[in-house]
Amino acid sequence: MIVQLITSFIASATFCILFNTPKRMLFQCGLAGMLGWMVFLLLDPEWKSVVATFFATVVVGAVSQIFARSFKTPVIIFSVGGIIPLVPGGLAYDAMRRFIEDDYNTALEAAVQAFLLSGAIATGLVLSEVLGQMFRRGRK
Amino acid sequence: MNNAESGTTYEIIDLCLLAGKIMLQNGAETYRVEDTMTRMAASLGFPGAHSYVTPTVILFTTSRTEQPKLFRIAERTTDLQKVAEVNDISRRLSQRQITSAQARERLAQVDDAAHAYPVWLQIMAAAMAGGCFTMMFKGGFQDALPALLVSGLGYASATYLQRLVQIKFFAELTASFLIGLLAYLFVQAGIGKETDKIIIGSVMPLVPGLLITNAVRDLMAGHLISGLSKGAEAFLTAFAIGTGIGLVLSFVS
Repeated sequence: MIVQLITSFIASATFCILFNTPKRMLFQCGLAGMLGWMVFLLLDPEWKSVVATFFATVVVGAVSQIFARSFKTPVIIFSVGGIIPLVPGGLAYDAMRRFIEDDYNTALEAAVQAFLLSGAIATGLVLSEVLGQMFRRGRK
Repeated sequence: MNNAESGTTYEIIDLCLLAGKIMLQNGAETYRVEDTMTRMAASLGFPGAHSYVTPTVILFTTSRTEQPKLFRIAERTTDLQKVAEVNDISRRLSQRQITSAQARERLAQVDDAAHAYPVWLQIMAAAMAGGCFTMMFKGGFQDALPALLVSGLGYASATYLQRLVQIKFFAELTASFLIGLLAYLFVQAGIGKETDKIIIGSVMPLVPGLLITNAVRDLMAGHLISGLSKGAEAFLTAFAIGTGIGLVLSFVS
């Protein structure tokens, strides 16, 4: 578990270098990614991975909103770094590889799974954004 | 605000288009680009401005009498630093902290700025990310080490090839072919155990996971054209990577 957390932290932070995130934000991006991956790992054995991904993304979204407000930068900087470990890139690749190997059943399964996972991530991000807006309006 | 202070209508349109162009080229969400452009126009005295943004084109009009202006976007990368800076400029502009002339100057600087991290650091970062992803996908240390090398080389070749040929599909296909080949060779040489784990970690820096998620998000927000075209772009990249790896696997098995 600890190894997983450390690697997800490094993976998110280094990915943000590829996306040219400002230097002083790299640590926070890694933190967001680590939190998301932690939630995912905790929920994955009990629920389906789509549900786990959804909740992990909500957490990432909430953390990004908080970071964005306290560091006065757009939310996208943190949310992009945060969802990197959750994004179904591996599955998308796997689906394509199976298609090329003529293994259509497994390929379709992986493709649908990848699509559902990205749907879950998108829904999670939108939900956390909406919740953030409601929270702010409620306080005013 | 009077015209002498903020410039002619054309200058304002150009200013908004430049901001939109920078944001869209560097990976901002479609709705954020539209929002920023109309807000900037509103703060410069055009409250009724409209913009229509897709991944390849920006349409912008300030009023009913003025002709809409079009801007074509040819290449897209992800550079969050620039998105953040344009955001900052537009916020300051609408709070009247800077004039439109200053905003134009700063936008031009942002547009010309190079990637903040040198290429070698990016390659190192891709290598680290690849190694870490192999660990996260339940590979062991013996797989993470070759994945580190393979993903670094893969990313380096992808960047280099893209500069050389300008066709993203070809660069991605060749890079993933190289990744597959190297992973296979490493396992054959006894460094690393599972080819699959090494490959899956190493292709992560190339894979369009973020694009897929953004596509779904655009679709949900009602930006149907943006969503579909981003989805098509993501599909092409996944197809390129799958083909590259598939080629290697069909040779060796």
